Amino acid sequence: MSVIPDAPDPFDRDRGGPAQPLLSVSGLYKHFPVRKAGGKKQVVRAVDGVDFDVLKGETLGIVGESGCGKSTTAKLLMGLIERDSGSLLYDGQAVGERVMPWRSYRRQVQMVFQDSYASLNPRMTVEQSIAFGPKVNGVPGREAVERARALLARVGLEPKRFAGRYPHEISGGQRQRVNIARSLALEPRLVLLDEAVSALDKSVEAQVLNLLLDLKAEFGLTYIFISHDLNVVRFISDRVMVMYLGRVSEIGPSDTVLDAPAHPYTEALLASMPSLDPDNRTQAALLQGDPPNPIDPPSGCRFHPRCTLAEPICGEKEPPLDTVGPLHRVSCLARQPGSGHSAAPARALAA
Amino acid sequence: MSPPEPAVTLGNLRVAFGKVQVVDGVDLTVERGQAMALIGESGSGKSVTLRAILRLFHEGRSRIEGTILAAGRDVQALSKRQLADFRGGDVSMIFQEPLLAFDPVYTVGQQITEAIRRHEKISKEDARKRALALFERVRIPSPERRLDNYPHEMSGGMRQRAMIALALACHPQVLLADEPTTALDATVQIQVLLLLRELQRDLGLSIIIVTHDLGAAVEVADRIAVMYAGKIVETGTAHQVVLDPHHPYTIGLLRSRAEGALAKGSRLQTIPGSPPDLANRPPGCPFAPRCFLVEERCRQEMPPVGEISPGHKVACWRTDEASAAYRAGPTPVRAAEPVPA
Amino acid sequence: MTAPITAASMALDGGVLSAGDVAPEAAFVPSRGFWGHVGHRLVRDPVAMGAGALILLVVLIAILSPWITPMDPYKGSMLRRLKHVGDATYWLGSDELGRDMISRLMLGSRLSLFIGVTPVLIAFVIGSGIGILAGYVGGWTNTILMRTIDVFFAFPSVLLAIALSGALGAGIFNSIVSLTCVFVPQIARVAESVTTGIRKRDYIDAAKLSGASPLTIMRVQVLGNVVGPIFVYATSLISVSMILASGLSFLGLGVRPPEPEWGLMLNTLRTAIYANPVVAALPGVCIFVVSIAFNMFSDGLRAAMEIRQ
Repeated sequence: MSVIPDAPDPFDRDRGGPAQPLLSVSGLYKHFPVRKAGGKKQVVRAVDGVDFDVLKGETLGIVGESGCGKSTTAKLLMGLIERDSGSLLYDGQAVGERVMPWRSYRRQVQMVFQDSYASLNPRMTVEQSIAFGPKVNGVPGREAVERARALLARVGLEPKRFAGRYPHEISGGQRQRVNIARSLALEPRLVLLDEAVSALDKSVEAQVLNLLLDLKAEFGLTYIFISHDLNVVRFISDRVMVMYLGRVSEIGPSDTVLDAPAHPYTEALLASMPSLDPDNRTQAALLQGDPPNPIDPPSGCRFHPRCTLAEPICGEKEPPLDTVGPLHRVSCLARQPGSGHSAAPARALAA
Repeated sequence: MSPPEPAVTLGNLRVAFGKVQVVDGVDLTVERGQAMALIGESGSGKSVTLRAILRLFHEGRSRIEGTILAAGRDVQALSKRQLADFRGGDVSMIFQEPLLAFDPVYTVGQQITEAIRRHEKISKEDARKRALALFERVRIPSPERRLDNYPHEMSGGMRQRAMIALALACHPQVLLADEPTTALDATVQIQVLLLLRELQRDLGLSIIIVTHDLGAAVEVADRIAVMYAGKIVETGTAHQVVLDPHHPYTIGLLRSRAEGALAKGSRLQTIPGSPPDLANRPPGCPFAPRCFLVEERCRQEMPPVGEISPGHKVACWRTDEASAAYRAGPTPVRAAEPVPA
Repeated sequence: MTAPITAASMALDGGVLSAGDVAPEAAFVPSRGFWGHVGHRLVRDPVAMGAGALILLVVLIAILSPWITPMDPYKGSMLRRLKHVGDATYWLGSDELGRDMISRLMLGSRLSLFIGVTPVLIAFVIGSGIGILAGYVGGWTNTILMRTIDVFFAFPSVLLAIALSGALGAGIFNSIVSLTCVFVPQIARVAESVTTGIRKRDYIDAAKLSGASPLTIMRVQVLGNVVGPIFVYATSLISVSMILASGLSFLGLGVRPPEPEWGLMLNTLRTAIYANPVVAALPGVCIFVVSIAFNMFSDGLRAAMEIRQ
């Protein structure tokens, strides 16, 4: 197995063919019990019925505010916390079952964390951190170190200068490059980037985003890119999934979702991005208050108490995630024919 | 009749911690009622500049030189006692993390009334009334009830508003804001930015906001100052700096933003390299090693600050070329030659 | 006036080889490694270095004392009892049986150090084991281990040491055993909290994702990060241990006469407190100075081990 495969074919090692999603998530639930003051037991509905597919070779962006469940979803996908229910299919095989135990799944799916410092062992050199994965997977020590050095070079860090350094001796951008190199050490097909560029300065962020694009093309990777920054997500993603209070509110091609959003929440998120035009500043905020707490979410549509389109039915009926256009699905009654919402399009038109 | 004196004037401000010269000769004027944004990346000295206005450093470990005039006072000349009154009274500050500004064991209301009574002799009841009015002013819903909340019982955005209320408690003339919206969600960030704008307008407050986010700066500020390696490289109205940049660093910052990408999947334009080591400053312009317009002169001599148009000041030898390159549109802006290590 | 796009500049842009990526000063400094850094910073801390030198001196005296004492520490003389400090023969005076104080203090450092340091070392091994296990495994194992440990915290450590020594009987071995029992819960508690903190770090998650077994993660990723802080805490216990050990001897539960030990000497000289207070206080001064030295060294070590990002 070479460090850098000479054939960057995304369907290399492929089982189900290009049409089969690389990762298929359905009915994912995770509730955390918490004890509030007064001893009352409550649950945080962190992830509350999430379904989506990750297609081969794409970048799926996941956006949402704090409490929307995007980070919990990431941890569930990696098996770092146990899911309450739901299934993960990796290239058609159930993850966590005999055919695809977590151990072999994790050789194909890796993750880069937000905090570049906390995700590196402070007592290990950069090189040791990268070589650790291959070593525990049976690659002989010397070869693992060579691979680590090759990867360092690939992410733009000259091995001679950086291999022996400790995490606190290098800058945040350089550390995140190390983390990316480590995630590639096991030659995965899917890399989950959880706010991986959020803590970086803008100019460094741009460098790392470019690196991610290059690596994707070179190694035929698929990305799940979690971020709160819509501009970055728009730049890097093929498709975008918007989450709100543990649910998917909208998913679709990023141009469609971010240019012509169908869900009122996506619209509000977009309107909240600061404008870069001093002559045309934002005049009013579309949403008031903070994102609500995932303890005790509202009934019906989770967004209805803050929604401009809300009608009584929104508080009663949970909107399903329905198709409104090519690859574009939205969970909003106002967009679904026959939902009972007055703004809903007529059935014939949608058909 | 002389024009009213500015709210804040910094003259050749230099701040050093040990051998590290973090702020290296900053000149800045903020007029009364004006909102100024200091933008820059980590290590640019923007936060240190802001904190110098309140002298928020350990005396023994820092050295502040230059003049600092704020709200009509010479900050360098204030005694410890006067400084305590000055902080919060004439000039107050809000931070990125409100939990650090509040004491967790008292309610938010207690802390605000306490702050008012420390600066003025008024009864508890009157102070509480003022606190209530402040909570309404910063648009905290059901303010009466919220005054009795402990800081941890509030959500992030509400805490930020409460901190702004605390900062305004003693009618300061100048509000300093250090990355006030960085930790907030997008939908909350815009609300806080709009609130700051409203306070500036309604109370005639002078605001200096420090941020790394150009977007946030544009939303709040009348004027923007771009800092790099402890120096201000470009100042001007928001319009001048964002739409008509003349410094290669400002141009690099604008170009490297993801929304400026030419097309999906195309590479972003980046500023190569990373900021200089502040303990060993090379001579000349600190941005020279990363600049796409660098020439020999830039490495020898720091360019003087020149005025491009009224109020628009840039410290660069080659402002015309920079501006032309920017106007030429999204052509690649790249380093002309590899930089020697 | 756009600069030409050269191959080199493309490489720069892609971050393949950014010369400016590293601060110039950092470019060719070889990395010292973690303990190298700690050592480097410790050497520059005058207080810690002074304390360390003092400890080293006391250890040297303890080792060499049988050969270097100026007089026989066991040989007394009824005629020369309680000489004052500065006496021509007895530089630091003589005790209530006329034995040379300086010789006894030198020889006494052996036992005092031994019964001060040994329990901490043994407790360090046992306590770290319990604490790291509880912290890393978590769940029920943690609850059971830590609740058991908590029982020991119900007693003040002095009381616990005296009670255990009393039950086991006097003697050096027994006082070491009882002091070990006092320190195991304290070290285990610290070890548990340090390990729990480390376990939540992202790099442990990253290690799990690389497919490493729990044992490998414990050995490679956890151990190196927890041993340091626990060790620092343990060194700070040496001073307590020395004082407790002296206390036990003072009460007659530790070392038995005529062996010299600082705590025991303090006890036997008690009767002379009015006749010659300075000499009577000397063993106490030794205990005080050495335990403070251990404390200051441990503080210095803690400061040196703090990694700044």
